[in-house]
Amino acid sequence: MSAEVGTPTAESRRRGGGAAEPYRPSDRRLAREAYRRQRARRSALIAALSTAATALVLYLVVVNSPGWQRTRETFFNAHYAWQALPEVLKGLRVNLELMVCCGVLILVFGLLLAVLRTLRGPVFLPVRLLATVYVDFFLGLPMIICLLIMITGVPALRLTGVTTDPLLLGGAALVLTYSAYVSEVFRAGIQSVHPSQRAAARSLGLSNAQAMRYVVLPQAVRRVVPPLLNNLVSLQKDTGLVSIGGVIDAVYAAKIITSQTFNYTPYLVSALVFLVLTIPMTRFTDWTTARLNRRQHQGGTV
Amino acid sequence: MTESVLRFESVRKGFGEHLVLHDVELAVPAHSVTALIGASGSGKSTLMRCANLLEEIDDGAIFLDGEEITDPRADQDTIRRRIGVVFQAYNLFPHMTVLDNITLAPRRVHGVGRAEAEAGARELLDRLGLADKAGEYPDRLSGGQQQRVAIVRALATGPRLLLLDEITAALDPELVGEVLAVVRGLKEQGMTMVLCTHEMGFAREVADQVCFLDAGVVLEQGPPEQVFGDPQQERTRQFLSRVVAAGRLPR
Ligand SMILES: Nc1ncnc2c1ncn2[C@@H]1O[C@H](COP(=O)(O)OP(=O)(O)O)[C@@H](O)[C@H]1O
Ligand SMILES: [Mg+2]
Repeated sequence: MSAEVGTPTAESRRRGGGAAEPYRPSDRRLAREAYRRQRARRSALIAALSTAATALVLYLVVVNSPGWQRTRETFFNAHYAWQALPEVLKGLRVNLELMVCCGVLILVFGLLLAVLRTLRGPVFLPVRLLATVYVDFFLGLPMIICLLIMITGVPALRLTGVTTDPLLLGGAALVLTYSAYVSEVFRAGIQSVHPSQRAAARSLGLSNAQAMRYVVLPQAVRRVVPPLLNNLVSLQKDTGLVSIGGVIDAVYAAKIITSQTFNYTPYLVSALVFLVLTIPMTRFTDWTTARLNRRQHQGGTV
Repeated sequence: MTESVLRFESVRKGFGEHLVLHDVELAVPAHSVTALIGASGSGKSTLMRCANLLEEIDDGAIFLDGEEITDPRADQDTIRRRIGVVFQAYNLFPHMTVLDNITLAPRRVHGVGRAEAEAGARELLDRLGLADKAGEYPDRLSGGQQQRVAIVRALATGPRLLLLDEITAALDPELVGEVLAVVRGLKEQGMTMVLCTHEMGFAREVADQVCFLDAGVVLEQGPPEQVFGDPQQERTRQFLSRVVAAGRLPR
């Protein structure tokens, strides 16, 4: 930024340079800034103290609870943690692959469903109806039941040519359910674009589909990036559910070790690796949201 | 008599119970400027939206170059391509640069190549003093600049008719002039236009025909000297005196 307020160069430039006195902060300004610095130091100190106090209280409560000794042995055992980590990480690859593949499919299907539901005209009535029923159904169906139906129900039908691989079936269940969620996000985005934008596009001679493609969707998609990222975070952790079909992902890898050793530390390890992935993604979501908000506030009337 | 570019024949339009246009008759000859005046809510915007098929009329007919456009068998998309519209709120596409806003319709609707469309757009921008804004996004422009871009966007497809709906109403007073100057320029080039405005002085200066709408009825219609100078109807006189009191019409 060239116009840093208050620097002598900026000030003299503004006055046309040369002859004018260089800017010098007044005593009033210096006093104000000193006061603000002091306040900032105080706030930081208070925040640090209260965080430390809270942590101490939590620690004491946990450590002094009657079952702490046993819990520590079964959940926080460093030996088993080291043993489990490589296996859990190997399993995590499955979770990541699921997230990426399913994530792409979900975005495509979700967007398709949302657009289908905006179609007007009698020809599209069945399409619109089907899309609506689909979304209502999968929004209400608990994820775990959808998974169980796909993983156990589909193979039981013994259809020829249909896979019985629990990984593929579990992935399909994720796609089915999340497409419904994501289509609602897209639909909200589409509805948030002001009708005058469509009117402007139509009055330029664009067809309905062209107005959607070039004017409405680009704006809608931009607006729903933050909620979509939230859905991605939640998809990432729900990939752990496919372990109920026997897919060796991070959760199932932990379960195998636990059943051999009767120690629950591997579960904690798998929890941690999920957190290590999802927390940065959540922060990234916040950052993106803040950035989009800032951009919008700079914008004028449109 | 030569055929009008735009003609309304007993057009009736209501929203539910509320009748907004009441048997409206209007004829807009080629290369002429028609100014619609009337109080807020008198139906000016609705009239324009009907002409552009953004609203469906209840009865009557609207003709563009002698062809009935309100016929349900007519292809609405091709009709809209022949009419340019500029809205009070500009309605530029905020996610596109000025240049993309202008070339969208020529490229996607009229199948003009990118290079040709951009050359045409730059030429128009240049004529309206916006040559250096081609790469900007709309929210970086002033209201007057945005409205001029909206006019360029409407012109870029070479429309037969231009509808301008209170295009200066959202502008600061010192920005009104630059937009009105553009309209004057278009009149000199022979563009057929229908405009509604609260700038009565401008309507009087630029219009060939003034049309006073009152509660959805065309109460008075004629050359500006007559409607402003010697109004026949009591309602018109009342409206004009209110406008004069508000300082919108120099005596
Ligand atoms: N979409 C709509 N639904 C219901 N009423 C409307 C709609 N659009 C306009 N109106 C009504 O029609 C009347 C005329 O509106 P409008 O044409 O916008 O007037 P003007 O542009 O002259 O101010 C107003 O009473 C308004 O409330
Ligand atoms: Mg209006």
